[in-house]
Amino acid sequence: MVTFWITFLTGLLFSLRGGLIQGIFWSIMVLGVYITFRLLDIADMTVDGSFALGGCVCVMLVVNKEMNPALAIVIATFAGCVAGAVTGILHTVFEIPAILAGILTQISLWSINLRIMGGKSNIPLLKTRTIFSDLVDVTGLSSTVVYFILGFVICVIMVVLLYWFFGTEIGSALRATGNNEDMIRALGVDTKMTKLLALILSNGLVAMSGALVAQYQKYGDVGMGAGAIVIGLASIVIGEVLFGWLRSFWCKLAAAAAGACVYFMIRAFVLRLGMNANDMKLLSAVIVALALCIPVVLQKWELKRSYSEKGGDESC
Amino acid sequence: MLTITNVRKTFNKGTVNEKKALNGINLHLNEGDFVTIIGGNGAGKSTMLNMIAGVYPIDTGKIEIDGINISREPEYKRAKYIGRVFQDPMRGTAAGMEIQENLALAMRRGEPRGLKWGIQKEEHDEYAYALKRLGLGLEKRMSSKVGLLSGGQRQALTLLMATLKRPKLLLLDEHTAALDPKTASKVLNLTEEIITEQNLTALMVTHNMNDAIHIGNRLIMMHEGRIIYDIAGEEKKKLKVEDLLHKFEEASGETFANDRMMLAK
Repeated sequence: MVTFWITFLTGLLFSLRGGLIQGIFWSIMVLGVYITFRLLDIADMTVDGSFALGGCVCVMLVVNKEMNPALAIVIATFAGCVAGAVTGILHTVFEIPAILAGILTQISLWSINLRIMGGKSNIPLLKTRTIFSDLVDVTGLSSTVVYFILGFVICVIMVVLLYWFFGTEIGSALRATGNNEDMIRALGVDTKMTKLLALILSNGLVAMSGALVAQYQKYGDVGMGAGAIVIGLASIVIGEVLFGWLRSFWCKLAAAAAGACVYFMIRAFVLRLGMNANDMKLLSAVIVALALCIPVVLQKWELKRSYSEKGGDESC
Repeated sequence: MLTITNVRKTFNKGTVNEKKALNGINLHLNEGDFVTIIGGNGAGKSTMLNMIAGVYPIDTGKIEIDGINISREPEYKRAKYIGRVFQDPMRGTAAGMEIQENLALAMRRGEPRGLKWGIQKEEHDEYAYALKRLGLGLEKRMSSKVGLLSGGQRQALTLLMATLKRPKLLLLDEHTAALDPKTASKVLNLTEEIITEQNLTALMVTHNMNDAIHIGNRLIMMHEGRIIYDIAGEEKKKLKVEDLLHKFEEASGETFANDRMMLAK
């Protein structure tokens, strides 16, 4: 009995550690989703496609062109920016609703990603260098430690960069676009440009995350981004529930990133408890749906509760 | 200063809902003119302001500010010359951003925005000073979110934002209509103060005939997309509400059947 618990607990810790590492790499994507979902109030469906795009571009560059894996991540990021720009142009110039614009790009990216991968849906990175193997070679640390350090450093850098950017004049204008478009246009900002910029930035981050995840899991897959948007939204929601009391902007960014880590740890936990991995998407969707439903239900309930036919005391 | 020549606008052209909103508007404003605009519902008052601001493109005609033709310029480019306050207090400010962030955004109206920090240190004092004159105590809450302010406070802030960087033209679209009478008169006094102080050229749509008569140096009345009455200077000062009602009936051949205006006497 005791040995069972010891095996179970060590296994659980092992899973949670894996979940945490995975979460750190996905957190970059969550930061991207945060930009569109929370700052612009757009649910950008491009994300599923651009996450896989990042992974595919990165894997192909490393495998076929034998490119430096760090440089491959940078190029994958640019590829994501282009995908974001396509959605952005469809949405701003051609006035297609944001959701549909995102879906169109996402669907086309499926074919494009297959083309990039030369028709194969999955390409492994087993014998090639990755940024992690490079760092292991240089420092002699264990790969787990390298995952942690590198993932954490990249995540912190991104949070700092985003915090800086959204404090600048352009960044403020971008936040104001999500807040009150009429107002910021009346103050001389081309809101089409700010929306386009947000989508470019967001999908760049998403693709960067895809590239990191591909190098971490040692393969690129055209389906690796399926459901990414829901994971992103779920992570944001979890971050807000856990750290919603933090008001400053950099805390909110950090909370979204932390939400990703918690999400993947929950995921590792329930999988360890024997949940079918295929049910995970259902669970993510339920988390997001609940998070969106609860405030509405609470508000309605409050309205119902406070109603009285006679009219209550004026003072309250 | 502002010259509008033969501006026309029809909404929903060719459908059953076709509406000729502007029917050949000609207007010339001199530097420092403070014009009040009155007229019944659907007279085209708001549409005219929106056309000047560039919210919708005009069908025909020409709009010039200081000799610069802005007829085809998009809204965000015209913002360089124009400060605006809307009827809805929610429309003029960004609720989720701080008071000082809103002011900093307004300070950069029409300026190219770059990667410099959004609020420079030296701006704080300037904004605190500007907020102080509103007399609402907002200078002590500069890092509060605007969403926490009341409608009146938000409207006063919008007015300040519209004039923080001196606009060539100030457009006020019934900016006190959504406020309670006391707050409305406060915001209106502030409007007059700022306009006089900065010697601004301004267009103000109002439903209150008394305000229209007593404020500004010129009054225009609109009906069915046209300017039907235009009066300025000494003559305007002598106007009475009855005169305006009479003028309206005379020009339009209808009685002035607008409750809001009648009550606002």
